[in-house]
Amino acid sequence: MTLKNANGDVASKDKTLSGPSGRKPRRVISGRNIMLYGTLFVAAIYYLLPLYVMIVTSLKGMPEIRLGNIFSPPLEITFEPWVKAWATACTGLNCDGLSRGFWNSVRITVPSTILSIAIASVNGYALANWRFKGADFFFSILIVGAFIPYQVMIYPIVIVLREIGIYGTLSGLILVHSIFGMPILTLLFRNYFASLPAELFKAARIDGAGFWQIFLRIMLPMSLPIFVVAMILQITGIWNDFLFGVVFTRPEYYPMTVQLNNIVNSVQGVKEYNVNMAATILTGLVPLIVYFVSGRLFVRGIAAGAVKG
Amino acid sequence: MTGHAKAGRPNQFLRNLNSKIASIPMILTAVVIFLGGTIWTVVYSFTNSKLLPRLSFVGLDQYYRLWAAPRWVMSIENLAVYGILSMIFSLVIGFMLAALMDQKIRFENTFRTIFLYPFALSFIVTGLVWQWLLNPEFGIQSVVRSLGWTTFAFDPLYTPSIVIYGVLIAALWQGTGLVMCLMLAGLRGIDEDIWKAARVDGIPMWKTYLFVIIPMMRPVFITTLVIIASGIVKVYDLVVAQTSGGPGIASEVPAKYVYDYMFQAQNLGQGFAASTMMLLTVAIVVIPWAYLEFGGGRKRG
Repeated sequence: MTLKNANGDVASKDKTLSGPSGRKPRRVISGRNIMLYGTLFVAAIYYLLPLYVMIVTSLKGMPEIRLGNIFSPPLEITFEPWVKAWATACTGLNCDGLSRGFWNSVRITVPSTILSIAIASVNGYALANWRFKGADFFFSILIVGAFIPYQVMIYPIVIVLREIGIYGTLSGLILVHSIFGMPILTLLFRNYFASLPAELFKAARIDGAGFWQIFLRIMLPMSLPIFVVAMILQITGIWNDFLFGVVFTRPEYYPMTVQLNNIVNSVQGVKEYNVNMAATILTGLVPLIVYFVSGRLFVRGIAAGAVKG
Repeated sequence: MTGHAKAGRPNQFLRNLNSKIASIPMILTAVVIFLGGTIWTVVYSFTNSKLLPRLSFVGLDQYYRLWAAPRWVMSIENLAVYGILSMIFSLVIGFMLAALMDQKIRFENTFRTIFLYPFALSFIVTGLVWQWLLNPEFGIQSVVRSLGWTTFAFDPLYTPSIVIYGVLIAALWQGTGLVMCLMLAGLRGIDEDIWKAARVDGIPMWKTYLFVIIPMMRPVFITTLVIIASGIVKVYDLVVAQTSGGPGIASEVPAKYVYDYMFQAQNLGQGFAASTMMLLTVAIVVIPWAYLEFGGGRKRG
């Protein structure tokens, strides 16, 4: 939705004006290059510094943290903070660390991702290939809805979930994630299915294939890339969610982000910065792994899903 | 905003039951949750609901109370400062990084990976990391002091007048990578010939950027701006993690006001009124954009 705007109409202008082409030979070390790489390098340090400080802090013992500065590497590497963050750090009444939150997040993210993609892909397919009267109207509402701040819809959803009887449970939260993932995912799938050659669809129809048959046997096998993009978008988005987790679940079902915030910002006790930073890294690990593994596809996903914020 | 119908296409009235059945979740979400939920909240913002929503209308009372509340006014001021600055800085930094990355540099992938990874992280994680870096006892302030500048002061998270800038630093760290990616895509979409023509005419590079390239990238800028803006209005997690709205009420934001009044102070009417104001803010940003993007008869993105 966003990136396509960039490809302006200029690309088709005639190329007769370009005379002798080919790049000018360039010196490797020039004032320009020093400026260029220097700036990029400084910027890179700014972006990397927090990650470095997180890792370094999480490997120090508390005495070392109190004495040394946050940038100095650990004199004595200890993994105790990691163990504590995972297994014994306290949130509220429980002292079983982030492990519970981690498994909650897994139990939230996996079904939410599957459910939301299943629903949205079928929706997108219906919108792209089986247009019916009024579909565009509902789709417009859905897309406009993606811009409405969540806060506006939270309370009515609480009431709806309470009426169904799943308020405070994992299923409730899974449903909420599927609902809020719908606009952007539906848009993603609609545009993708619309870009597939229409002849395939027509030929299949002539051969007598129906709605589901075409979807399962022609559309699905052709859309693996977009499914991967949607998965990246949903996994990172749902894993990183905080607001829905805190509103729609009870403490025993809190996702990792909520638990992390409770561990770090709890008022009682001595602040164990090393444990806090280990916990922070642990929470960021899943989306970071998704990011590093998926590379360019991640960029596509977030560019498409940035509206979801 | 119903400009989605493809103009000029004959209405091939496909009465397909399967398609309609498949669209039920979408229709329910659109109508019940998005439309219904929004209308519900707006309607109840005119009531004096406290612990439970009640339909006893009090006109604009909740709104008068809202705007008389120092905490709300503070939230709005914060949002304005944070919003304007983060829009400016995101665009400027994002564009400059993209322009640098567009110079056919080596290690482009490495740099892009580095600039973008914060975006993969949760706002909670971002907030906590920067809480640690800006901690006056251990963080940047103490490090600089230990280097010899003993009077160096940089503790935004503990100084009410500048706490919002502390939040801004973290937000920029997280968000500029995305802006850079969008801008880079925009720059890559610009024809090489434009650059050649500018070089032939002897126009300096910065002038070409300023007067040729940036105007050509208008759609990208507008889209990016809408993305940033709709994120700004929602800002919540970051503040909760980094400052919890403190010190005092110095870093409160509207989204937090809504949450606190709905789920902690159990003053639903205030929560609804505040969230309606958020809705209004977004509408002011999005409606002109949607009109430009979809209404003016131009092709959709």
